[in-house]
Amino acid sequence: MSNKIESIEMNDANTNPVAKFFKSIFKRRASLDARKARSGYFFIAPFLIGILLVYVPILADSIWFSFNHISFNPMNPGVLELEFCGFDHYKAAFDNPSFVTALLAGLQQLVFEVPAIIVFSLFIAVVLNQKMLGRAVFRAIFFVPVIISTGIMESINSEDMMSGNSGEGIDDGSGSGGASEIISALDIQMLFANMKVGGELVSYVVNIVNNVYNIINFSGVQMLIFLAGLQSISPAIYEACRIDGASGWETFWKITFPMISPMILVNAIYTIIDSFTRTTNPAMNFINNYNGPNEEVSIAMAWMYFIIVMVVIAVVAAIASSFVFYQRRD
Amino acid sequence: MDSTKTVITKETKNKISVDYEGKLSFKERLMKKLSTSNTWITVIINIFRFILMLGVSYVILFPFFSKVAGSFMDKYDVIDATVSLIPKNPTIEQYKYIILDNRYFEAFLNTLFLSIVCALIQTFVACLIGYGLAKFKFKGNKIVMLIVVVTMIIPHSTIDLSMLRHFESFDIGHIMSTGNKGILTTLFGKIELLNTFWPFIILSLGGLAFKNGLYIYMMRQFFKGVPDELEESAYVDGSGTFRTFMQIILPLSVPMMITIFLFAFSWQWTDQFYTGLFFIGNEAPWMMPDIISQIPIHLQTNYAGKRLYENVIQNTAGIMIILPLVIMYLFCQRYLVQGIERSGLVG
Repeated sequence: MSNKIESIEMNDANTNPVAKFFKSIFKRRASLDARKARSGYFFIAPFLIGILLVYVPILADSIWFSFNHISFNPMNPGVLELEFCGFDHYKAAFDNPSFVTALLAGLQQLVFEVPAIIVFSLFIAVVLNQKMLGRAVFRAIFFVPVIISTGIMESINSEDMMSGNSGEGIDDGSGSGGASEIISALDIQMLFANMKVGGELVSYVVNIVNNVYNIINFSGVQMLIFLAGLQSISPAIYEACRIDGASGWETFWKITFPMISPMILVNAIYTIIDSFTRTTNPAMNFINNYNGPNEEVSIAMAWMYFIIVMVVIAVVAAIASSFVFYQRRD
Repeated sequence: MDSTKTVITKETKNKISVDYEGKLSFKERLMKKLSTSNTWITVIINIFRFILMLGVSYVILFPFFSKVAGSFMDKYDVIDATVSLIPKNPTIEQYKYIILDNRYFEAFLNTLFLSIVCALIQTFVACLIGYGLAKFKFKGNKIVMLIVVVTMIIPHSTIDLSMLRHFESFDIGHIMSTGNKGILTTLFGKIELLNTFWPFIILSLGGLAFKNGLYIYMMRQFFKGVPDELEESAYVDGSGTFRTFMQIILPLSVPMMITIFLFAFSWQWTDQFYTGLFFIGNEAPWMMPDIISQIPIHLQTNYAGKRLYENVIQNTAGIMIILPLVIMYLFCQRYLVQGIERSGLVG
């Protein structure tokens, strides 16, 4: 009897799309896949709830602030008074020549930093992946910056005059402390002038060498991700390669590099995000320290900056993903 | 070869040593080996690699050395051109007055409590979300992953004013600009969360705190590497998804969780953006970044090397901030590398 009723209900549900929808949600014994899908929502529930109830309102208000004049009512300090003004703040931001300069400087820093960090971290990860004397100690040392050189330490390091990492020299007459540049631009210029290459390349190389400390410091997480990727390459492939007589150089370019290419994409995106959102980025620095007539302009600037970051990441991801090789793991 | 007699003398997991007729002595074998060019190239590469690693390690560690050296310097050592790393008049004045005047221990306890609570919540939440994204195919899986990445991209300064306002009078699902009162405000009155640890806990619970997107991504990649058969056998035995997660998956991912915990703990420890945002005014809890912001009153800095000496004091405060992290790192770095190595992160 009960079987019959169930089968009738089933028929109903199959004909009526609304009933079908509800049935698919409340059905007692759904298929294993469907049940698994539902528990998937359970696992990501904290994130969904957080996004919808806390984060989206914050974002929405922030966007709305950028389109309004904000004023504080002295009678009622808790409430902001908003007055819609359209794209005024965005226009003001673009009319500000130093904002545009800072943006370009930020992009320029990105262009020189991201390739340097990725190449460096891949190189170090490959070396740390090999068997060598004192590997454990070197690994421990190389990951120190990940743990320590963030947040408050980053700002201390950038102001540190004792170790000579500060951007400005410390010629305050004290005579102690180190020179701020490891190599002088002049030396390199002499070298490159004889080689007949452009000035941009010279400044690029000088920049990289002088920022060696920063590049090492910012490539900790990338190194970890690369190391993990290298570990996941099966040793059997390398063995087969060696038996076929490939040299180390060939093995790197034909095995390691394609296998690690998904990690290169991930690291490229991570490095861009990291470089853009760091407070030492010229554009971020400008936005954070902007104290014009109204604070809303800085919010508008930050949103434009966000859009630019998104565009850069989308372009990089689109270009890089066409080179990425995915190993079938079935 | 058939005629030679072979005797296995010693067998371990990786090596078998075999004795056979006409086997060369160790010395002869060594000479033969050294006469090939390949050996020499390998040796040279090894030496070169070692020196390179040593050099890069020096670049990483030198700022810490110089900070530590500077922290023990007398204020006249700082401007003495003949003193570079080893102080002439070693002193612990800087440490003493940072502890006494800048209330170091209060900052330490506050930060320790906040960091442990946040790191525990963030690790667990990242596990949950990462597991959900890695192992379950539901509608919108990829979109959720995209949102996770986007939350990382949004610069802090974009939302700082808005965030401040929202935690000044906290509410859920409430857009302030509409002018309406939120649900919680109408029920319980204004809820002020500034100068408490609640904003951090709420953001951590939602996986929205600083760099949580990275943790979620790492956990997701880790769980993708865990074979499905493991869970399927648990399901066959009648275990639910959550129980499987708690009893089978979590114990398996402890090394990775330690890695995430280390990240979350140390990045919360040195964070100055959120603590600066949510802790304002006189009632603010005294946190680690605060001990840098002021020069201890008992240290006289009015002399020729004022700027340099104040810098040394700041560095000393920096050392005291990271000292607990360094100690923790020394104990945990083994797990950090292990967690990553065994994680089998896949792209």
